[in-house]
Amino acid sequence: MTAETQQQASPANAVVLQILMGVLALGALLATAFSPDPLFRLQGWIFLGAFVIAGAVLTIGIANGQFQNDQTKYEDGVVRAGVIATLFWAAVGMLVGVVIASQLAWPRIFYFPDFGWLNFGRLRPLHTSGVVFAFGGNALLCTSFYVVQRTCRARLAGGLAPWFVFWGYQLFIALAAIGYLAGITEGREYAEPEWIADIWLTVVWVAYLLVFLGTIWKRKEPHIYVANWFYLAMIVTVAMLHIVNNISLPISFLNHKSYSAFAGVQDALTQWWYGHNAVGFFLTAGFLAIMYYFVPKRAERPVYSYRLSIVHFWSLIFIYIWAGPHHLHYTALPQWTQTLGMTFSVMLWMPSWGGMINGLMTLSGAWDKLRTDPVIRMMTVAIAFYGMSTFEGPLMSIRTVNALSHYTDWTIGHVHSGALGWVGFISFGAIYCLVPWLWKKERMYSNTLIEWHFWIATIGILLYIAAMWVSGIMEGLMWREYTPQGFLAYSFVETVAAKHIENVIRVIGGLMYLSGTLIMVVNVWKTIAMPSSVRQVESSGPAAALSAQA
Amino acid sequence: MSSLNYETVARFAQQGGTVYFAVMFLAAFVYALWPKHREAFQDLARLPLEDDEDDHVGA
Repeated sequence: MTAETQQQASPANAVVLQILMGVLALGALLATAFSPDPLFRLQGWIFLGAFVIAGAVLTIGIANGQFQNDQTKYEDGVVRAGVIATLFWAAVGMLVGVVIASQLAWPRIFYFPDFGWLNFGRLRPLHTSGVVFAFGGNALLCTSFYVVQRTCRARLAGGLAPWFVFWGYQLFIALAAIGYLAGITEGREYAEPEWIADIWLTVVWVAYLLVFLGTIWKRKEPHIYVANWFYLAMIVTVAMLHIVNNISLPISFLNHKSYSAFAGVQDALTQWWYGHNAVGFFLTAGFLAIMYYFVPKRAERPVYSYRLSIVHFWSLIFIYIWAGPHHLHYTALPQWTQTLGMTFSVMLWMPSWGGMINGLMTLSGAWDKLRTDPVIRMMTVAIAFYGMSTFEGPLMSIRTVNALSHYTDWTIGHVHSGALGWVGFISFGAIYCLVPWLWKKERMYSNTLIEWHFWIATIGILLYIAAMWVSGIMEGLMWREYTPQGFLAYSFVETVAAKHIENVIRVIGGLMYLSGTLIMVVNVWKTIAMPSSVRQVESSGPAAALSAQA
Repeated sequence: MSSLNYETVARFAQQGGTVYFAVMFLAAFVYALWPKHREAFQDLARLPLEDDEDDHVGA
């Protein structure tokens, strides 16, 4: 909507946004007033509140002559906002994770019959979307806005458009999260938000794409750095996946509920084509972009092999998109389609490990930093978890292995080694780099607190995934156990009771990981509160040098 | 247009898709390994190290 306005000053851009907010607020008011559906009215009120606040902020800002678009400076304000949002949603999403893990471990204590919205079924999508889209999504937004500006040597395009993307995305999160608690869901994994929220996300995401492309368009570097390729692949593919998977027909335009355009096995395949590529492009390609910028930057070493990074990129992009059918082994999906998904999943070993080697070997010549710099250690462990979970994933996609692992806690453990180990740690590492840069401090407030965060979170992950391996394989074996007479040996509830201890260990692991995040929040808070320093621009890594001494 | 049935479209998508993807990937592979690009890629590998964290747009 505003990508063509790169060169002009922001106020005109702000007025356009202001008018848009007014029109949208009026639309939300009318829809809310005329809808007979209380859940649709709930969404209407959220939209209305957001548009009114945004309109008011824009009006005050324009009146005070704010929103100047100084092309000689990077737009770091939106990156700072993104860092804070990332940490906020990390704490919320992981807290909800600990709550639902407790509900699984102690269903008598953590069951709230008077509060239906605190039921496991309502909280579970709040946790998954909270960590994947709210925490992970904000980490991608803020790092991509930082990286694309630095590697293109250009200010973000679109004037206020990056701010529209940021706040528009937060509005989507609020709509989705409040909707889940109220019972608004499409029931599609990682795509639970209903049609009105889906349309809003499409608008925001297209604006994100235009801001990103507009910035690349004005770049002063001849080449587009590899991290930007990964970010761009993430943005483009997520747009495609989101739109196709959410083609649905609302009951009416004043009702929250819609039904998918696809039916039966086509619907299932569309959903898992989306679902697995949410992992492949959102949680992998996007965070590989973080790796390709922040690991060389922090280690002060060039990328180990830029050629390998290009081959890594294209092979990952070509192969990932076909892997989805491995979620539908032993279903109505044709056998050849299952085999295709499985084959491509196994082929993914190569780009995944190529990328892992490229990330790890970037540290060659700087291995001592593993000992002295907990941020480098955190990112290295992230890459190791990337290697481990992308080894485990193809293994689990093999049909006969999947016969044991599917529907068990093994899958949950696999997802968490990727999410906590890879996505979480690489994001934390990037934020520990970004905070002193963005708030102009010499270093983080406390290196000791980063050490605590690292160790408490690492042990938490290990407890979590070890417990899930044990309980997953155990319940998988119990489900397929027959008596000599040919009856199933165990009832389902016996398999649930058998994994009580593992469920408790999972709560402890999750609690440790959450504690690490809260330590980080305190550390970032204290860093921002530190007096600003005039940083030496010439020496490239004072933060690393100083934090090593602390 | 009676020839535009499921089998025709499927064969075109399967065979054409295979060839198209293989050629595209080979092109990317050759581009990555092309000796002339060595110097540009060596500079690019250092790109993150050359920007500074200040908010002034670098040259």
